[in-house]
Amino acid sequence: MTVEALNLFLDNFANWDSLVRVWPLLWQGLQLTVLLSVVTVPIAVAAGLLIAVAYSFHHKWINLALLVWIDLFRSFPVLVLLILIFYGLPFLGLKLPSFAACVLALVLNHSGYYGEIFRAGIEAVPFGQREAALALGLRPLQAIFLVILPQALSRVVAPLASNSLELVKTTSIASLVALPELLRSARVAQEQTYNPTPLTAAAILFFVLLFPFARWVARLERDMIMRQR
Amino acid sequence: MTPLVDNFFNAQILAQYWPSILGGFGVTVEVALLTILMGIGIGLVLAIVRAMRWRAADIAIVVFVDVFRTLPQLVIIVFLYFALPYADIQLSPFAATTLALGAVLAAFATEIFWAAIQAVPQGQWDAARSLGLGFFQVLFLVVLPQAVRIAVPLLANRAIAITKGTALGTAVSLPELLGRAQSAMAIAANPSPLTLAAALYLVFFVPLVVASRWLERSAGPAPAHRR
Repeated sequence: MTVEALNLFLDNFANWDSLVRVWPLLWQGLQLTVLLSVVTVPIAVAAGLLIAVAYSFHHKWINLALLVWIDLFRSFPVLVLLILIFYGLPFLGLKLPSFAACVLALVLNHSGYYGEIFRAGIEAVPFGQREAALALGLRPLQAIFLVILPQALSRVVAPLASNSLELVKTTSIASLVALPELLRSARVAQEQTYNPTPLTAAAILFFVLLFPFARWVARLERDMIMRQR
Repeated sequence: MTPLVDNFFNAQILAQYWPSILGGFGVTVEVALLTILMGIGIGLVLAIVRAMRWRAADIAIVVFVDVFRTLPQLVIIVFLYFALPYADIQLSPFAATTLALGAVLAAFATEIFWAAIQAVPQGQWDAARSLGLGFFQVLFLVVLPQAVRIAVPLLANRAIAITKGTALGTAVSLPELLGRAQSAMAIAANPSPLTLAAALYLVFFVPLVVASRWLERSAGPAPAHRR
């Protein structure tokens, strides 16, 4: 690559002036992305946990309904869910603001993923554990929360972490319902500057934000695979 | 009940937009299949290259995997479509979506295959080498068949999760299922096309999700209470 070509490339993709100009916009977007993640992840985890605990009582019809819920929401592309909620529900007179619509779509979708993870973790704890806990006089809910879940959790750390990372990454779809999170802000900034630097900056921000977490998740998953041999 | 039926299951509107939406479904399936082919194919090749422990390639592959595993799919699609033209690379919506999703799946698949290859005990290598097999014979005849078994359930899950990203193509106006449904909804001022699209997504993905559950169960350890 010649020097001029390199300069042209840098002018386009790493233009310092336009970065300085659009930085406030990106910074706001970044904050909204973090806020969306911080709100969504705990609610989705709680929803998944609720599903898994309900499943653990092995009631035939309830379990069938829960499995349908899990597989249904795992099968929906989350963006389709979001569009249905944001653009479809107003026809029934229910207009959600874009932030609420995003939280709802992400939580419904990931309640399925988290539900399946916790469910598989609980099922992997030997049944004798529950029998023993009940025989010792614990109530069913005590048995679940004090005996079964702590053992289940230690088995599902890797998929939990991996799913949470995916959830945070997925918050970027909020840009498609005009919520000015990081990606949306970058697109808006790009249209103001006629220059892809804001997009490059957003990509770098996402990377810096998520990379340590992604590395950690990768190590957990690798350990899980290695244990299978 | 009537507003619900009129708005979400309007037969007249469904009949009118059915062909266009079915065409969108075709595009979705196309992108999905290409993504899986590209992702798994490249992932396997890169894992094999890593097994050769060639240092320069190792570094390049690790960087590739880290970048595409970490960035959100939509960010990559938008970047390919809206930023690359400034470098005189103009991708079609179809190419941008497929390349982005394929690269993401390739990153995850590389990681899964490579971990699975390493999970095959070293003794297998030693034994096969001492029987006179060459490096590639050991890799392809002894190690990979075992590694693929370990990798399949994880790969299936990832492949399904990433293929669902085809809907993200709407962001770059790829005329796939969701995009077609959305424009039909805008023209008809009625969300029935969206219901239809949602149903078609379920038709495509529910069997895959159920199959992956079955795969996981038959490959992994049995649930404890049935042991």
